[in-house]
Amino acid sequence: MEQLLNYIGANMEMVYFLILAILLGVEVISNVPAILHTPLMSGANAIHGVVVVGAIIVMLQASPENYLALTVGFLAVVVGMLNVIGGFVVTDRMLEMFKKKPKKS
Amino acid sequence: MINLNILEISYLIASLTFIIGLKMLSHPDTARKGNLWAAAGMGLAILTTLTLYQDFDSAKGLNYVLIFVGLLVGTVIGTIMAKKVQMTAMPQMVSFFNGMGGACAALIAIIEFQHHQHSQITGFDGELLVMLLGLLIGSVSFSGSMIAYGKLEGKIKDKVLPMNQVINMVLLAAIIGLIGYQMFAGSDPVLFFILLGIALVYGVLFVMPIGGADMPVVISLLNSFTGMAAAFGGFLYDNKAMLTGGILVGSAGTILTILMCKAMNRSLTNVLLGAFGAGAAGS
Repeated sequence: MEQLLNYIGANMEMVYFLILAILLGVEVISNVPAILHTPLMSGANAIHGVVVVGAIIVMLQASPENYLALTVGFLAVVVGMLNVIGGFVVTDRMLEMFKKKPKKS
Repeated sequence: MINLNILEISYLIASLTFIIGLKMLSHPDTARKGNLWAAAGMGLAILTTLTLYQDFDSAKGLNYVLIFVGLLVGTVIGTIMAKKVQMTAMPQMVSFFNGMGGACAALIAIIEFQHHQHSQITGFDGELLVMLLGLLIGSVSFSGSMIAYGKLEGKIKDKVLPMNQVINMVLLAAIIGLIGYQMFAGSDPVLFFILLGIALVYGVLFVMPIGGADMPVVISLLNSFTGMAAAFGGFLYDNKAMLTGGILVGSAGTILTILMCKAMNRSLTNVLLGAFGAGAAGS
């Protein structure tokens, strides 16, 4: 327990960051009209594709002889990029469709 | 050093575009622009990471080649899939891409775990916890999203296993046990991969009993899961762009899930357990 408290104490800045970001996420979308639920979900889906940055870092840290890490990391980069590109393109296509309809929400 | 500062600033800008993008996405007039803003921020974060990130034993040519090939393959396949998909098939496409993000987070956790094996940490090992949670949530999100995708595509039928909810509870207890044990007794590769397997099965059984019409809600929930998994990745590398993006999507996604349930006049518990109740009553 003491170790856990020490850990939290040492990372207090991170804890603040976490809590404020959670509240911000709640606040930022709280007034979304029902018609935008699906595009917003898709847009958020694209944003968590930022995990690809982690995949790139993994690859940059891997030693060139570590073929296991390189292979798994390569896969991670591919699927992460799929998430980013696919997410943004699909969202854009959805919203493009919305434009042609009269806006009622 | 200058490079690292520029990198951090670019992450700050990316974080801002994610927040602004989400905000704009929740208004009909600005939604499309918001999406582009977020995409621009994402592009910036990827580009600066590629060019400015420095490690002590920095990467060699092969690593860069693999990264570029990976980015290219992901971009090409992603664009083709997203452009070709029918408008009516959009939700399952979102689910598919969401699953890919979850897989990415889980794969990162797997590699980092291999590195972690060599370090001897005594006391509370926050890094290990973050890794295990990233693996868990990433793989649940991956397998769950793939099932949701298959269901909406009509490739997988609604099926309720006998005692599905009981099995889920047992799996959940096993997951908590595996993580708890490793927190006390130190990391163990065998247990790590058992955890991976159970998490994948749990994702399947979690989505399996839920009816097709409720799928968008489940996809939204899995979406926020992947956000959390990305945030855990951010903790590992102390990467602010991953942290903001992940946490924002984690919390906004959860609220969005609840809003979607409300729009259908139902509660989240009702959606998640509703199909199970109906199945139990029928049997």
